[in-house]
Amino acid sequence: MLITVKLFATFRNGRFKIDHQELPEGTDCRSIVVNLGLTEAEIGIILVNGRHASLDYTLQDSDTLALFPLVGGG
Amino acid sequence: MNKILRVNMSTLTTAIEAVPAAWAGLGGRGLTSTIVAAEVPPTCHPLGPNNKLVFAPGLLTGSPAANSGRLSAGTKSPLTGTIKESNAGGTAAQMLARLGIKALIIEGIPAKEAWYSLHVNKDGVTVQEETELIGKGNFAVIEALESRLGKKTGILTIGPAGELKMTAANISVKDPDSKIRSHGRGGLGAVMGSKRIKFISIDDQGAPGVKIAEPDKFKAAARTFAKALLDHPVSGEGLPTYGTNVLVNILNEAGGLPTRNFTYGQFEGHDKISGETMHDTIVARGGKPKHGCHAGCIIQCSQVYHDKEGKYVTSGFEYETIWGLGADCCIDNLDDIARADNLMDDIGIDSIETAVMFGVAMEAGILPFGDGKGIIRLLTEEIAKGTPLGRILGGGAGSVGKTYGVTRVPVVKNQAIPAYDPRSVKGIGITYATSTMGADHTAGYTIATNILNVGGYVDPLKKDGQVELSRNLQIATAAVDSTGMCIFVAFPALDIPECLPALIDMINARFGIALTGDDVTNLGKHILKIERQFNIEAGITREHDRLPEFFRTETVAPHNAVWDFTDAEIDEFWNF
Repeated sequence: MLITVKLFATFRNGRFKIDHQELPEGTDCRSIVVNLGLTEAEIGIILVNGRHASLDYTLQDSDTLALFPLVGGG
Repeated sequence: MNKILRVNMSTLTTAIEAVPAAWAGLGGRGLTSTIVAAEVPPTCHPLGPNNKLVFAPGLLTGSPAANSGRLSAGTKSPLTGTIKESNAGGTAAQMLARLGIKALIIEGIPAKEAWYSLHVNKDGVTVQEETELIGKGNFAVIEALESRLGKKTGILTIGPAGELKMTAANISVKDPDSKIRSHGRGGLGAVMGSKRIKFISIDDQGAPGVKIAEPDKFKAAARTFAKALLDHPVSGEGLPTYGTNVLVNILNEAGGLPTRNFTYGQFEGHDKISGETMHDTIVARGGKPKHGCHAGCIIQCSQVYHDKEGKYVTSGFEYETIWGLGADCCIDNLDDIARADNLMDDIGIDSIETAVMFGVAMEAGILPFGDGKGIIRLLTEEIAKGTPLGRILGGGAGSVGKTYGVTRVPVVKNQAIPAYDPRSVKGIGITYATSTMGADHTAGYTIATNILNVGGYVDPLKKDGQVELSRNLQIATAAVDSTGMCIFVAFPALDIPECLPALIDMINARFGIALTGDDVTNLGKHILKIERQFNIEAGITREHDRLPEFFRTETVAPHNAVWDFTDAEIDEFWNF
């Protein structure tokens, strides 16, 4: 299945802004995070198709996964 | 802090008063709202002789506590008709605190058509007639006063917008770099203009300083507090690196970035105006990605933005301004937005109200969406000059909507709704609806928990838990706004257990008292209730705790969300 992965803030350093990855069915958010060399503790916000999701969430074909460190503003 | 300074502009006299016992335990917003509620008739005209303008540093301002240098300004707002507290950084708060001034209260209106200035020093406050700086922009006022009175002078000033009593006018506060921070929201600049005060200068030479009752206890608590600020990923790393503008990409991704005058929840040009792009641009042009709005700030969320030639354009360049001119007006050119931000500082007009106003003006056909140069032209040729069109624009989003017959006007209690769509981030909608201040994201920043996973998580697209979340945050915020603390201390306070007790310990050690956590919560509740009572007596009731109709009838992409709270559900907010 094809997954769009978007990275933000410090996660972009040495990686990418956006990438399209061909992944096996049943891949969850955690395995993508691990493949990127990120640790679970670094992950602040996970959005799948604009909705909050957990590391355990199993992705579906053509999902967009967005990963953010813990950041804020206002 | 042991005195109240009072200025009567009708008689041009001043007085130094003792602090009444009932006000002794109050500071910042708690004090300004208490004074406004006690002394201002709720039905008075905000620009008439019976309104008052009150400045108060927070309970911890002037002490060595990190991030405690914020100033509260209170009044009856000419924009909303409600009570108002607006909170700003800069150097003035710490100078007033060191001078022992708990509050500066300005009342009355001069009989003659002259302009005045106030000068505050260790001997009190004096009133002078001013001619030279009338009509000048804020940057020129600061430059002239530094050469007239000395580089270290603290300055509160109004630009042309305040002189013209525009309801979006702000009060500018000199920052440590002689640039500008703002008491932005609610038209406080118009109130200062109605009292015909162009600026207030502050000299703290010979100030007695702030005495700490229990220095050892204070030092220990201050250390714990500072550590929490530096340890939390938001205040310790995210804010100093990207500033508040890191939120553009997050809100865009979550579908809560109001775009094209609140028509959509995502903006095609988001990456060009994002915090990530801004950071790289600032670094490449030799600006400063980190910068504090007051001495003692260890978060440093501000920044200095340069143009392509490496020259200063603006600082304190915030998410709400960039979102408003960017996504909401569909401008994807950060340089144009920065230029407009600088102009708004100089003219002295709120950059949230004005940015949202331009979105409505674009919908009205005054200029096309995406026209950054057009915004710069309207700011300089119309608003700064006070032409008839400029005055309509300077009245804010509601003013333009009414004048041009626009129905999609994002305001609550006539104050513009900022950078988070209430349909797709429902908690913040409850804050916009119920805040005593009109639409104000800072009053109860549910974005922390709805979007950023700080202080837990409440699903932004569902109604469950939003009223309680907004209520708890509004109570806590009212208390924090009384301490002189920057509101961003809330990020560590929501997640790190030692943070809030350390803040309370600092207050206790400062004054030699023994407040508990419950006392602080009760203070927050008390402030909200005083403010609401003022509003009710001013004729602003629960029927005004509502979002504009279009949020119910128009869905917002990508989640196709609508605002679906019933009136009774919203009114539950006040059940405490």
